[in-house]
Formats: sequence, C-alpha cells, structure tokens
Amino acid sequence: MKKMLSLLIALLASANLFAQEVEMADALRADGKIYVVVAVVSAMLAGVLFYVIRLDRKITRLEKDAGDK
Amino acid sequence: MKASWWKILCIALLFYTVIMGFLGPVPRLPILNEGIRNLYFHVPMWFGMMMILGISVVYSIRYLRDPRLAHDDIAVQSAHTGILFGALGLVTGMIWARFTWGAWWVNDPKLNGAAIAMLIYCAYLVLRNSLEDEGQRARISAIYNIFAFSTLVPLLFILPRLTDSLHPGNGGNPGFNVYDQAKFMRPVFYPAVIGWTLLGVWLTQLHVRLRKLQRVAEEKSEAVAS
Repeated sequence: MKKMLSLLIALLASANLFAQEVEMADALRADGKIYVVVAVVSAMLAGVLFYVIRLDRKITRLEKDAGDK
Repeated sequence: MKASWWKILCIALLFYTVIMGFLGPVPRLPILNEGIRNLYFHVPMWFGMMMILGISVVYSIRYLRDPRLAHDDIAVQSAHTGILFGALGLVTGMIWARFTWGAWWVNDPKLNGAAIAMLIYCAYLVLRNSLEDEGQRARISAIYNIFAFSTLVPLLFILPRLTDSLHPGNGGNPGFNVYDQAKFMRPVFYPAVIGWTLLGVWLTQLHVRLRKLQRVAEEKSEAVAS
C-alpha cells in the first residue's frame, strides 16, 4: 500500500517534467522570428570582428613602416 | 592584416556559435528554459580566461628565466585579456543568475571565488602601475602572477566543490553533462570554447604588437633627442 502511494505521488510530482510542459521559445521558432534573433546577434558579431580586422590591418601597416625605416 | 589560419578559424567558429547557438536543439528543462543557451557564452568566457591566464603565467615564468621584455609584453597583455574574459564571465553569469535564481548575485562560494580571483588579478595591474623601472616591474609582477594563478584552482574549482553551492557542477549540483540531451549541446559548446579563446588570443596579439611599436617609437624619439 505504501509503495503504491509513493509511486502515485512520484508520478504526479513528475508531471511538470513532461517535455511539452516546459516553456521554450517554440512560438519564436514557429513564426520564424528566431531568425531575427540570429540576424541581430550575427550583425553585432560582424561589426565587432570588422573592427578587430581593421585594427589588425592598421598595426600591420605601422609594423611595415617601422621595419622600412 | 597579419594573416593567420587561426584568425579565419576564430571568425568561422564564432559565427557558427552564434547561429547554431540559437537555432540548434537544446534540452527542455524547467527553470532554465531557453536560458541554457547561455552555456555557449558564459562558460567559454571562463574556459578562455583559464587558458589565457595560463599563457600569462607561462610567459611570466619565461621572463624570470630569460628577462626579455617581449615575454613581459605577452604576460601583461594576456593578463588584461584574461581579466576582460573574467569580467564578461561574471556579467553573463549575473544575467543568468537573475533569470534562474531570481537574484543578480548570491552569497555562493563559486561566485565569491570568481569575484575574489578577479580582484587578485586587478591587484596585479595595480602592482605594475606602481613600479616605474621596466625590469623591476616585469620581475616583481611576474612573481605575483605565479601566486595569482595558483589561487585560481582552489578558488574556482576546489573550494566550491567542498561545500554547498547553487552553481552547476559544484556543491552537489550536477553539471550539464549529466543530462542525456546534453549531447546536442556539445557540438556547439566545444567550438564555442575554441572560438572565444582564439578571439582572446587575437586581441592579446594585437596589444602585444602595439606595445612593441610604442617601445620602438619611444626609443627612436629618445635617440633623436640625445
């Protein structure tokens, strides 16, 4: 009897762990808005990396000038 | 740009991280929800920090054995980048904490350990600033760096595991790799670690090259003046 009761409680308590009950960003995926998120973050990343590359080029130029002199 | 294969790899891996980080599958866990994707940003900051501060201490030791300023340059700039990554790790961690635990900060051994570790490295920068002579600055800060790095392992990895902690992987909590579906996250997680760390190395290299140029320019102006 005790075992059956514990089993029942365990089943009920674990109900909130069923996959479809966990809130995820399914709506964003369904209407494609997740691609907006990806685009925005990628754009920011591209901006930062462009800056880093520009800096790298500037330093290379300075090194070349210093080397020639 | 000083062309390197690893810079191209860094760019590719970071875009991969950002795109797959949001589009890829993740375990559906309560409380965490989509926030689990922070794993691709928060954890690589700390992994990257450890590797870059590791490089820093290696070059500090190299300086002590062979006192070339080039070694000191790498040691100090790696420390700077390491501190940046640590700070970003703290910020991303605080954002995650706010959404998962309900508070920006908790009195937790892992969090406090990370904050203390950051303070220890900031003290390294303060120490450097207080010393005028180049050689003395490099020598003394190199010795401090060895002690500073030695505190990281106990503070971040040992102490939090010895006692109660909210942080995943410590104090009796499971890390994410116990979840069966974590296998979906590994193909994005490991490239993310490599990508973010390579970015740190790239930034460090840029600063080291700048330091060298500044020193050359200073020596030239001194030669002209005399």
